[in-house]
Amino acid sequence: MSTERAMVVVGAGECGARAVFELRDAGWTGPITLVGAEDVHPYERPPLSKAVLTGDAAPVPVRDADALREADVEFVAGVAASDIDRDRNELVLADGRRIPYERLLLATGASARRLPLFGVSYLRSQADALALRDRLRPGARVGVIGGGFIGLELAASATARGCAVTVVEAEPRLLSRAVPAEVAAVVADRHEQAGVDVRCGTGVAAVRDRGVLELTTGETLDCDVVVAGVGAVPETALAKNAGLAIDNVENGVRVDDRLRTSDPDIFAAGDCCSFPHPLYGRIRLEAWRNAHDHAVTAARNLLDADEPHTAVPWFWSDQYDLNLQIAGLPDAATSEVVRQRSDGVETRFGLGADGTLLSAAAVGTGNAVAKDVRLAEMLIAARAMPDPASLADPDTALKALLRAAKSTPQPA
Amino acid sequence: MTQWIAACGVDDVDEEDVLPFQHDGVDYAIYRSPDDTFYATAGHCTHERELLCDGLVMDRVIECPKHNGRFDYATGKALGAPALVDLRTYPVKVENDTIYIGV
Repeated sequence: MSTERAMVVVGAGECGARAVFELRDAGWTGPITLVGAEDVHPYERPPLSKAVLTGDAAPVPVRDADALREADVEFVAGVAASDIDRDRNELVLADGRRIPYERLLLATGASARRLPLFGVSYLRSQADALALRDRLRPGARVGVIGGGFIGLELAASATARGCAVTVVEAEPRLLSRAVPAEVAAVVADRHEQAGVDVRCGTGVAAVRDRGVLELTTGETLDCDVVVAGVGAVPETALAKNAGLAIDNVENGVRVDDRLRTSDPDIFAAGDCCSFPHPLYGRIRLEAWRNAHDHAVTAARNLLDADEPHTAVPWFWSDQYDLNLQIAGLPDAATSEVVRQRSDGVETRFGLGADGTLLSAAAVGTGNAVAKDVRLAEMLIAARAMPDPASLADPDTALKALLRAAKSTPQPA
Repeated sequence: MTQWIAACGVDDVDEEDVLPFQHDGVDYAIYRSPDDTFYATAGHCTHERELLCDGLVMDRVIECPKHNGRFDYATGKALGAPALVDLRTYPVKVENDTIYIGV
């Protein structure tokens, strides 16, 4: 491989910013260019809806500026990539600059899904979070559209700032796409206990002037701030314009299990790509951990490691004193086993038709659920087919089940 | 000079597990390895200061409960992103079934 050309990474979020360091760790000594559309240093997105929004913390960098310099990464900030010249292997920037690439990684992420309504704010970027924080004054009436993770974290943070919060969710319950109903019920109770007005099965028909939300129930809601958390849309325009394959189900840049796009010199990773998973089929994930895990796989494969991506999906959310964790994808399971610990914490395991463990979800205060969900993740990675009775029994250590799974190879 | 503080009894820490300990307002984590040796480190992850005592111990590795930063608890070595800064370790001695850490 020539060392004249650079490894070029488009997108300086969690995935792209991690990938440049992984490239160095994996032995690439040639030039690396990281291109970010936002004119800021790469930052961690998870705190934006939590500690940054409550004002308890400043934004956290993925890695600091010194680290980027030490790794000899050229960071081009505040310039969007506008095109990929695949004939010449050059990335074209909005200001006309052309960056020749040896290999290109698209880590363009996703943007907040927009509603066809005026007067609605969104939370995706650091700038969004800082602007919103200033408007979440004590006593402000905040209407949150969407009862998913972002909407609920926003509701918890706004409540912590003394706002009066109403969450409007079109589905019959909160977190309907993400977690089992019982887990969502614990979260809903906690919000109501904190004084949040949670309205499920209610859509927003219109936003009138001056923050009046018109609901599908016919009611109206007066708000000082209206903010929507209704999912994300993968950023695929650059790939699409360059003629790369796009998955029309998951809408992401279509990659193989090596995270390679339809062009062998171009890879895609993180929120923007749809990839095949050995347990869950073709999926697209919007998650901090996946961004990180993809960055590792993609960086190694940019350097021809030829390794499949097999990491188990993992998500978390913090709301008030509650921490919710999910390993695997609960939607993929066909049966459920509940393990109730003596301290009241319940972990809900999802099993496939053949008994393979596919998911675990739990909610508790502090980090009470972390160990069990982490062990579940390792069990899923080991393709464990645990005995359901043992799985349900809190006196059977999950570590013991993991050892058993590792010593008995499971069918592929 | 090392000050030895009685932290807990040997039976208070399960094998391949971790126990929290506080002294003088400082958090520590005390570990018992699978080969029955005791270790002590600072109580918080060096990434975002989560308490490590809620994390998972596997063999000689403690994993942060929040973002999976991993450390070798015997040496304190950070084992990769997001754990990039090593954990501080403390000497441990066992006398009469009591674990002492040197602070």
